[in-house]
Amino acid sequence: MKQHLVFASLALLSVTQLGADWTQFRGSDANGISAEKLPVKFDISDGTNIAWTVDLPGRGLSGPIVIGDRVYLTASSGFRQDRLHVLCINAQTGATIWHRQFLATGRTMSHPKMCNATPQPASDGERIFAFFSSNDLICLDLDGNLQWYRGLTHDFPNASNSLGMASSPVVVDNQVIVQVENASESFATAMDVETGEQTWKIDRPVGNNWTSPTVLSGRTPDEKFVVLQSGENLIGYDPQTGQEVWKHSAECATIPSATVVGDMLYVPSQGLTALRYIPDSDAPEVVWQEQRLGPSTPSPIVYDGRVYTTNRAGVLRAGDATNGDMLWQLRLKGPFSGTPVIADGKMYLFSEKGLAQVVDLTGKKGKLLHSAEFVDTILCTPAAANGALYVRSDEHLWKITEKK
Amino acid sequence: MKIHCCLLVVCLWGGLPSATFAADVETLLNDIKSVDQQAQGNRQAQQAIRELLKNDDVALTTVLEAFSDANPLAVNWLRGAFESLADQRLKTTKTLPKKQLEAFVLDTRHDPRARRVAYEWLVKVDDTATSRIIPGMLNDPSVEFRRDAVARLLKQADTLFEDGKKSESQPIYEMALTGARDDDQIKSIVEKLRQLGQEVDLPEHFGLLLSWKLIGPFDNSDEAGFDVSYPPETKIDPDAKYQGKDSTEVSWIDYATADDYGIVDLTKALSAHKGAVTYAYTDFVSDEDRSVELRLGTPNAWKVWVNGELVFGREEYHHGTRLDQYQFPAKLRKGRNDILIKVCQNEQKESWAQKWEFQLRVCDSVGTAVLSANRPPRVVPDEAKDKAESGDNS
Repeated sequence: MKQHLVFASLALLSVTQLGADWTQFRGSDANGISAEKLPVKFDISDGTNIAWTVDLPGRGLSGPIVIGDRVYLTASSGFRQDRLHVLCINAQTGATIWHRQFLATGRTMSHPKMCNATPQPASDGERIFAFFSSNDLICLDLDGNLQWYRGLTHDFPNASNSLGMASSPVVVDNQVIVQVENASESFATAMDVETGEQTWKIDRPVGNNWTSPTVLSGRTPDEKFVVLQSGENLIGYDPQTGQEVWKHSAECATIPSATVVGDMLYVPSQGLTALRYIPDSDAPEVVWQEQRLGPSTPSPIVYDGRVYTTNRAGVLRAGDATNGDMLWQLRLKGPFSGTPVIADGKMYLFSEKGLAQVVDLTGKKGKLLHSAEFVDTILCTPAAANGALYVRSDEHLWKITEKK
Repeated sequence: MKIHCCLLVVCLWGGLPSATFAADVETLLNDIKSVDQQAQGNRQAQQAIRELLKNDDVALTTVLEAFSDANPLAVNWLRGAFESLADQRLKTTKTLPKKQLEAFVLDTRHDPRARRVAYEWLVKVDDTATSRIIPGMLNDPSVEFRRDAVARLLKQADTLFEDGKKSESQPIYEMALTGARDDDQIKSIVEKLRQLGQEVDLPEHFGLLLSWKLIGPFDNSDEAGFDVSYPPETKIDPDAKYQGKDSTEVSWIDYATADDYGIVDLTKALSAHKGAVTYAYTDFVSDEDRSVELRLGTPNAWKVWVNGELVFGREEYHHGTRLDQYQFPAKLRKGRNDILIKVCQNEQKESWAQKWEFQLRVCDSVGTAVLSANRPPRVVPDEAKDKAESGDNS
């Protein structure tokens, strides 16, 4: 129990860091929670609380990341989607600070809904790791200088998916870790953040998998596991060696990813399964399972004792995070691809058709506070940092913040 | 490493004989070009880029020249180095060496990717460059330059077409087609030319192979057949008969597709077998020993051999298909070359998992068709359809 209290305290701390950067898919803590206060009302038609709009040079499902006063974003363009873009935008002005371009070394074909710039970039605060569906991994410093380049399909020619790859990298213990799983050549690999040299590479289940790795802290903040989910199981690996430490043997979803809060993992499996990490055990404990909380494409998100998921019909469901009891549901206008962001008791969701919806989570039931049309298709997971929400379509990047 | 340390010291000091410096830049660029698979050379290349960026005197075009014969990873390292240098210079001096960049763009002896980079940085400082350069790029070694040139012609021709000046638009569409290599542009051009009553042999434009010998089905139950070496993998014998799936006897049949995109639909050519393997064979007569690209599209698992040598294979089913889905280099020898494809169908029952087909073309790295000296005349669609349906193998 004491350990659980420690984990809970750490989890609480992780969501109360004001002014924190947003360094990867679902934020620096990979939980979709921001401590920012964001505007409830915004509208691109009259510019209400829209600080700026940036025209983008290419498509992308990848969400932005934010480090200090800079926003970093990837895009892909060209008839073959083989032109790779990494952009650095001034968060204050929307001006482009730098824009680097590369040529894909892996296959670029994907389902038309996806594109090469689908995985979200990640950062360790000193470098940007821009990953693409073609399995090109580009490391740049914060000023846009190339540090190293890896072409993982160039290295392993059958590592690709004709539907497109989507898994985003994570950075842990000076390793950037990517999960490259598909119907032909599946693996996960860790690379040294400074050189791109391989630290380890392990075989992974052969089969389509678009989920992203996440990180679970062990008994201490220094003890970490990189958690990889697949259609066969969920495994915690030692990020330094790639050695399997524990395993949950059950079929898991291959699109929405697991969410970690303290020592709990909320896994899209059997609907939604809550697992508790047990130190020194080779398997986590199953705390509860609830079929009705099964998510569609967006990953689950846990906030203030509740777990939230959205289904294919666009219904937002809330459950008790401690026991999985269904609490309420709210029909929204979906479908959704990006995982929502929660800030200051409000959930920010962007539908695939570009409809932003803000839901109040503080009452007994969810309440729709605001809707705004963004006109473009929006498939990304937004970023929240420094009092602003950043969201992109294939054509634009918007900054939403309270105008003073 | 010693050379690099010396260079660093001298650069910080501020003076360096130009010849010595040029030699050292060459060393640094070679260090960058030495990167290869699985992070080989990463540390050395990283250090070389850092040293290059410390010097203001590096000629931008020198970095671009290094693209020649660089592998795809090295091209990206060089591109990263170039863009940092160019950005740095643009921010400092508010301009770039326009004349040198333009001369580099226009010199087709340089790597097409490097010329495109030069062009994209040139247009940042010279907004007249596009109208000056692009019209001459219709038959350029760079696919991206061609695309821009074709787009310009398409715009002209579409305007004339829409204004009712159709006869004036026709030669412009025809000219655009000579340079077009991207399918979306080719589709637009061909649609208009056909409206104007012009015949276009689309398979010939692409270099799609239309005439095949097929044999199958062999067994692929549980997708196990992908790794089974059935007799055609060992020897191509057009007269041979083998025991196929479910003990049926199989033999080679001739099949010519009439499809504009060269799609060989095996469910029509043979039958909608499930858990099955078919081999398709054709011979290709080359005028010379040469390198080509084979470009394949298929939603099925496949392997390709050229002259008995496995070129590539991939076990993926029903994740979509498109023209040029897979591109891989191959060597053709002067004279006859054997091209063999293994196309595997699995046992999925979903309606979207029933396709069993392939399309293959032979072209150069730009996508320009390389045609076999024995390419048969294209069978007109109706004839081909009748022939296929009647099972006439003559």
